[in-house]
Amino acid sequence: MRKELLNKANLAWLLLSIVSFVVLSILMKVGIIGSYYSITLYNIFINIILAVSLNLVIGVCGQFSLGHAGFMCIGAYCAGIMVKMMPNMTGLAIGVLIGFALSTIVALIVSIPTLRLKGDYLAIATLGFAEIVRILVQNMEITNGAAGLNGIPKLTTFPLLFVCAVIAILVVCNFTHSAPGRACLSIREDEIASEAMGINTTKYKVIAFVIGALLASLAGALFACNFYVIKPDQFTFNKSIDILVMVVFGGMGSMTSSVLAAVAIGIINVVLANFSEIRMIIYGLALVGIMIFKPTGILGTKELSFKKLFDKRKEKSA
Amino acid sequence: MTAFLQQLVNGLSLGSIYALIALGYTMVYGIIKLINFAHGDVYMLGAYCAFLITTYCGLGFIPALFISMIFCGVVGVLIERIAYKPLRHATRITALITAIGVSYVLEYATQYIMGSEVRTYPKLLTSASFHLGPVTITMQQVYIFVITVILMVVLQFIVQKTKMGRAMRAVSVDEDAARLMGIDVDKTISFTFLLGSALAGVAGVLVGIYYNSINPLMGMTPGLKAFIAAVFGGIGSIPGAMIGGLFIGIAETMVTAYGSSLYKDAIVYIILILILILKPAGLLGKNVREKV
Amino acid sequence: MKTILNVKNLTKNFGGLCAVSNVSMTINEGELIGLIGPNGAGKTTLFNLLTGVYEPSSGLIELIDQNKSIQIGGLKPYKITNLGVARTFQNIRLFKSMTVLENVKVAMHKNIRYGTLAAILRLPTYYKEEKWVEEKAEELLKEVGLYSLRNELATNLPYGKQRRLEIARALAIQPKILYLDEPAAGMNPQETKELTELIDHIREKYKLTVILIEHDMSLVMKICERIYVLNYGKMIANGTPEEIKQNEFVVKAYLGEEI
Repeated sequence: MRKELLNKANLAWLLLSIVSFVVLSILMKVGIIGSYYSITLYNIFINIILAVSLNLVIGVCGQFSLGHAGFMCIGAYCAGIMVKMMPNMTGLAIGVLIGFALSTIVALIVSIPTLRLKGDYLAIATLGFAEIVRILVQNMEITNGAAGLNGIPKLTTFPLLFVCAVIAILVVCNFTHSAPGRACLSIREDEIASEAMGINTTKYKVIAFVIGALLASLAGALFACNFYVIKPDQFTFNKSIDILVMVVFGGMGSMTSSVLAAVAIGIINVVLANFSEIRMIIYGLALVGIMIFKPTGILGTKELSFKKLFDKRKEKSA
Repeated sequence: MTAFLQQLVNGLSLGSIYALIALGYTMVYGIIKLINFAHGDVYMLGAYCAFLITTYCGLGFIPALFISMIFCGVVGVLIERIAYKPLRHATRITALITAIGVSYVLEYATQYIMGSEVRTYPKLLTSASFHLGPVTITMQQVYIFVITVILMVVLQFIVQKTKMGRAMRAVSVDEDAARLMGIDVDKTISFTFLLGSALAGVAGVLVGIYYNSINPLMGMTPGLKAFIAAVFGGIGSIPGAMIGGLFIGIAETMVTAYGSSLYKDAIVYIILILILILKPAGLLGKNVREKV
Repeated sequence: MKTILNVKNLTKNFGGLCAVSNVSMTINEGELIGLIGPNGAGKTTLFNLLTGVYEPSSGLIELIDQNKSIQIGGLKPYKITNLGVARTFQNIRLFKSMTVLENVKVAMHKNIRYGTLAAILRLPTYYKEEKWVEEKAEELLKEVGLYSLRNELATNLPYGKQRRLEIARALAIQPKILYLDEPAAGMNPQETKELTELIDHIREKYKLTVILIEHDMSLVMKICERIYVLNYGKMIANGTPEEIKQNEFVVKAYLGEEI
């Protein structure tokens, strides 16, 4: 263990993760979180990974992607096909790696030409690409077409899911608080000024996009090995919007709020499970309302930061 | 060759519908630089409006068409006033997210009220057809094409020759300067939404007739394709939207006929990505550079 | 004296409009050059050509560094910046919702020697380099008098301070040539005076070559060693402030043709 890593803030984070893991595990063991609600819990964690990774692309780098479901789809099918052939953890690991490789390739192919486009054109281009992925999956034999893959062994366990979510958050946060992350933030703020400061804007946009794609593909793999069945129409434009809703509700650029939004929306979905149309209407109205009255999202760019918390205390006592 | 000509005719009528929707996209984008995601859903509302009028009020094609136009026009103006106007000077992403929100509301509110099932559209036009050489042309196709061309001419006249059209062009070039010249910018933008949405309403009715069926989510895919058509032609350009719409319609029919109908949507997205890479301003669009 | 920048027959057309026409200039190391001209004369366009925002329609831009000559015309802006050319913007372009300190750190990007992987894995180089960046950025902020505001968001700074931050950010690039686009625009006389001192100070300290666009003639005449005058995209005169004051073309350009 290196000494830079051993500080109060990091220890507080570690403690928070361990406590939430233990509490959730116990709640599931003793049945307070029943089997129905544990499905929700799994969903929430998958959504956390998706929301945080999309937030990196949209909130941190300012690139409006509507194609996140496409990468999730790639990850889900790579893992699904692989674990059907090799129904154990090694199979899943190989599936995830294949998913990583494929989504990196696809992300590069999509991003290098399209990231030159500004805001809304990029949104449409990424949307188009995600639809192409879905149409291909729908028409390929190995993916079993529109019927989808059945009987995928359930390999996504709670500890695995939890660790993956923590890793995803760590990756995104560590990236954001570094020189490459600052470069991405500056692109979001003012691309022309950013380039004038010596930043290869295309390069950093691509990096953010690829990291986002990798994490989405990981989320897809965990998704596939959790629900036994995957179908192409689970990865439509609507799925991308679902993820977008989480990012926007919480606040673009804030990882804390993406996590909270994923949890909140997970719970809202359970509450409104029997009123799916009303739920969608509410989402729509909420999107419009938030954009008009509080475009920064509910939490804005605020982050829960133990470092700042401790620094403040130090200042006070000093 | 016969088959090819036949597909060309089919493509032209489908493309006309895309062109009508694309016009709304292109006009709105031209004037407030917003991809109005809800535009496809306005077109869906047009189809439903005519469906209700003809089924429950027993009116014919022409009155239904006009009522749909007016209804959609009003809906378009309301959307602009309620959702987009407060965001006139917000970032593009903010406006785009709002548009997605509006689209959700329209889709699922319709689904809630009308049910999610597919409705069979009443037969409003004769299904007669005639032969032109070896090619069969239905009267519906003729109607669709003729109505589109008439509307296109009327629109071009409004934009080029009337006072309101001049105001629209002025606002799209420079909103602030237009305001200083005494143009009522809000009214002009609302008028643009009125025109675009009315055209979408017509497209909705025509699609209902052409495909015989409607459902609350029918606006999404054609909406996107029409947007792609607008981008292809050069967004902001009215003739561009026409050319783009026809091109996309023909491309889609050709892929269905000679490739596989499974890939008919994919080809449209591939066209989009190609055009964005090769000529982002579109066929007839102008390059706009950012001021530094 | 050694030449650092050599511009030859530089031309930029926008459609039918010739914004910069056949401009040539030679800048020596360490000089303080003023670029003046009426509004719309093409000054900012010339800056945009020199910094890579626009690609020249024709002509050459040659940067001479340690006796090596590099053609920078048409290179991407970030490449030109990384060759030691920095700029500020006429219509202030700070990273608004980042702090003052972060604004400066962004500009130090080229000198940070760790990559994405090291950042994500928090390797030792990350901590070492970040510490260095922090110190360096704070040092620079002290120098321009913004240290006490380092944790403020850039957008919250008053106008004059924002202009200062733009200069600090440009300095963080460690440039050899610094382009200042109307640095005194909108400043009151006191602020202008402080700015003049700052420009003098940084120029001395960092051995900078400075080229500035400015409409405040008293400032230009006071501090610039040589002045180039643009009108309708053409270079109509160049010389010392004294020569420029007496140049009849310049007077005409500013006051209009006599009837």
